[in-house]
Amino acid sequence: MPDGGTGIGAAVKRVEDKRFLTGRGNYTDDINRPGQTYAYILRSPHAHAKINKIDTSAATSAPGIVAVFTGADMQVGSIPCGWQIHSKDGSPMHEPAHPPLAQGKVRCVGDQVAIVIADSYSQAKDAAEKIVVDYTPLPAVVDMSKALSGKTLVHDEIGTNLCYDWAIGDEALTDAAFAKAAHVTKIDIVNNRLIPNAMEPRAAIGEYDQATGEYTLYTTSQNPHVIRLLMGAFVLSIPEHKLRVVAPDVGGGFGSKIFHYAEEAIVTWASSRVRRPIKWTADRSEAFMSDAHGRDHVTHAELAMDSEGKFLALKVDTKANMGAYLSTFASSVPTYLYATLLAGVYTTPVIYCNVKAVFTNTIPVDAYRGAGRPEASYLLERLVDRAARELGLSQADIRRRNFIPTDAFPYQTPVALQYDSGNYTATLDSAQKAADVDGFAARRKASEARGKRRGLGYSTYVEACGIAPSAVVGSLGARAGLYESAEVRVHPTGSVTVFTGSHSHGQGHETTFAQLVSEKLGMPMENIEISHGDTNKVQFGMGTYGSRSLAVGGEAIVKALDKVIAKAKKIAAHIMEASDSDIEFKDGVFTVAGTDKTLPFGQVALTAYVPHNFPHQELEPGLDEKAFYDPLNFTFPGGCHICEVEVDPDTGVVTVERMTAVDDVGRVVNPMIVAGQIHGGLAQGIGQALLEGCVYDEDGQLLTGSYMDYTMPRADNLPSFSVGTETTLCTHNSLGVKGCGEVGAIGSPPSVINAVVDALWDLGVRDVKMPASPQVVWAAINSARPAAAAE
Amino acid sequence: MYAFDYHKPSSVADAIAVLKKADDGTFVAGGMTLIPTLKQRLAQPSDLIDLGGVKELVGITVSGNTVTIGAMTTHAAVAKSAEVAKAIPALAALAGGIGDPQVRNRGTIGGSVANNDPAADYPAACLALGATIKTDKREVKADDFFTGLFETDLAEDEVIVSVSFPTADKAAYMKFDNPASRYALVGVFVAKTAGGAKVAVTGAGQNGVFRVPEMEKALSANWSADAVAGLKVNAGTLNADIHASADYRAHLITVMAKRAVAAAG
Repeated sequence: MPDGGTGIGAAVKRVEDKRFLTGRGNYTDDINRPGQTYAYILRSPHAHAKINKIDTSAATSAPGIVAVFTGADMQVGSIPCGWQIHSKDGSPMHEPAHPPLAQGKVRCVGDQVAIVIADSYSQAKDAAEKIVVDYTPLPAVVDMSKALSGKTLVHDEIGTNLCYDWAIGDEALTDAAFAKAAHVTKIDIVNNRLIPNAMEPRAAIGEYDQATGEYTLYTTSQNPHVIRLLMGAFVLSIPEHKLRVVAPDVGGGFGSKIFHYAEEAIVTWASSRVRRPIKWTADRSEAFMSDAHGRDHVTHAELAMDSEGKFLALKVDTKANMGAYLSTFASSVPTYLYATLLAGVYTTPVIYCNVKAVFTNTIPVDAYRGAGRPEASYLLERLVDRAARELGLSQADIRRRNFIPTDAFPYQTPVALQYDSGNYTATLDSAQKAADVDGFAARRKASEARGKRRGLGYSTYVEACGIAPSAVVGSLGARAGLYESAEVRVHPTGSVTVFTGSHSHGQGHETTFAQLVSEKLGMPMENIEISHGDTNKVQFGMGTYGSRSLAVGGEAIVKALDKVIAKAKKIAAHIMEASDSDIEFKDGVFTVAGTDKTLPFGQVALTAYVPHNFPHQELEPGLDEKAFYDPLNFTFPGGCHICEVEVDPDTGVVTVERMTAVDDVGRVVNPMIVAGQIHGGLAQGIGQALLEGCVYDEDGQLLTGSYMDYTMPRADNLPSFSVGTETTLCTHNSLGVKGCGEVGAIGSPPSVINAVVDALWDLGVRDVKMPASPQVVWAAINSARPAAAAE
Repeated sequence: MYAFDYHKPSSVADAIAVLKKADDGTFVAGGMTLIPTLKQRLAQPSDLIDLGGVKELVGITVSGNTVTIGAMTTHAAVAKSAEVAKAIPALAALAGGIGDPQVRNRGTIGGSVANNDPAADYPAACLALGATIKTDKREVKADDFFTGLFETDLAEDEVIVSVSFPTADKAAYMKFDNPASRYALVGVFVAKTAGGAKVAVTGAGQNGVFRVPEMEKALSANWSADAVAGLKVNAGTLNADIHASADYRAHLITVMAKRAVAAAG
């Protein structure tokens, strides 16, 4: 497709934006069902407490009340975890029960205690205030070290707060390499806990059809088929053919809407009890205290090097917070999505990583934009930054010395992954140029003349997207396959509906996927519809997370398109009385090679459905093809982020002056959408580095429960970004695509903190914790000054 | 939000009459604090008496050395008033830095002063400029008006009519934002007035807005940033929260005071 077209590589404007930007989206809360009731979920105010008694009598007789249910009423299955990790001793992880409504005990603030169903939301809320819950508060455990050493148990029945004690790599080889090292750099790292804050809070509507016995759940999900499987098979025992899950327009997820949440099961279950649809919509405070949180790692790491700064070995010890219950993918995040990335872009030959996953009296922690890879890149890039400073090497030099060479691909790391392609020198070179690294010294001088400090920070990272193949992830404990499915339905007049198992909640799939169709079938965008998010429409799907939609979902669409084209060629050959092998298809027209005989795609589509002149002996009528695609490997986007900050040493305020990102996301289908995805990721990455941090007090109360205390990035916290791409193609998918949804959030946080440390290094500052808020930076300067003077 | 009866009187007298009749009524000015409080069900008034219909409470007049701002005048109106900008530029700048555009176009000076949020901006201006708060009953000096966290000298059925600010030779307000809420983590208003220098601090005090006599003394003797550079408020009297320790707030008061004096010229 030429420039200005609508095929692969064209910056087509997002077709979905018209409805989103004009308020015409159809979100779960916009849906209203006949006879609908409204639910309020009563939540635990305690981080840890025994429930002695729940008295719902006053609530049940309150005006407008339809029903009140507690855990005693709702005896169903446990909310399952989708990935089983085995500890290094071979034992399976502890999987304590996770009931949708509390059974005798609450384990975090926000835990679900009762559902109040009424004719209106305010009636439900009024009645909920009349429920008397007799709690015996128990000591809460919030800190992971205390959880591992203390007596307070989140789950009494498992006898420990240690979910698993997992390891990867060869510890003996790693120790041996350390013994021979000329220099060892050590670092202690906290990856701060984050609250996802999708713009649309979670919502769910449960509906039961008494006539057919069918349930419908409308929900804010990134993967409706996964919810159908988890909730239907494990929690409520509803078979797939009696359960429809619809995830309509969804206003952002960032991972937090992957998981199966209690409220989905509660409203679905209760809808059959009250025989009316039930709508629940979280308010913002509820989102803070009930959406799964992200990150929350505490790590000690050591890097062994030879005298030239060549990496010899890496040893990492991490504690990862699981919260009070195991959320859907929680167990996989600090293991297979984290420790497998610890080679980074470097040739470190031996790596050992031990991860202890810990239960605490906090909201469950699960995947959040990047999921494990930001934790890996932050750790590595802070460690490399420190190593360069200790060895007196430049930040670019130490990286170039250790990069996996461009001719070494496919490259097998010592931590399971095999990278298919990449060119880390190219992204570094390009980023240095775009960031005007050469001009930094002059800019630093100008800052210093104004009493400010200026710093430059690097991050060269790789990540793993499109987690696959199913056989491998299954062997590692995944309880699902990680393929994707697509259906390309060509209509009789030649327009096309694509049904995809991917789910768009801001990513622009309706545009990007339509571009694939436009490219392949040579048709205009307006003839293409992308349908997703409804288990009754889409044959199957694993959904959208881990930057997998184009690399996995898009490939499934391409496979289905190829099947459509192959069949259409046969129909065209029949009509034009030529051999199949002589038919060429380009720009929407079938041609008999070497002749001027042509047939437009629409004519073939019509013939498929009005098969008067049709090869019936060879083909079935119709033009509607399905495909499932199970990738051969992950994809490996990578790149270089360079951040330049100015710090006001009097107040500790950090200003991001420049943010440069040069990423390799494989082939770019829509450069505008890719830039938008990277912009969003950078905003969240800078948010993690400088602004966002979830804080619990030691009693397990959430101190950052609103925007008054939780600092979301705003436009004036961010500079105008410089983003670019340096492309190497993925070698194992036909599109050559890698994924772009998370790279911004994965690559940028260490570049920001490295820049802050660079600005303050001469003052004696050696580390600055995330979020590097003014108070944190000021305290770091303050506590470093005496040390610097002593040096 | 719990149910309540809503009233929109058109005079101060009517507003007070409605309040006196109500079981547990409350006035609402711009509602920038009260409405979120109601939405979170943290307050349950029987009656809400909206002062937005009382036209006599709106307007800005400058006469001689006094700027008088009607209680229901929005922050946006103060911020864009050429008269205020000419008479007390620091006051116009302060109003333009409150909250965000939505807040500035709903929030009012009377509401801000009556609420006396410990992180609000206007109370600092009132103290440093020596404002007079005029109510339907009396006139109260700012120094006597702000009595503690969310506490003022105002009686329950008393309505602020206007706030009058004497002009100053020099004045400036420097606010250090709470990174999340963007309320003042520390805000320092300095003024060089006929009666000497005044320094008022908001956002930081355990009892809300307060003056800093040591800094006032130093600035009265020598109006320069250097005069306050070595002066530090006792951290023991300051707030501590997840955004700022008391020590950090004490440090910021000095920094903001220096910057305010420098900005005032």
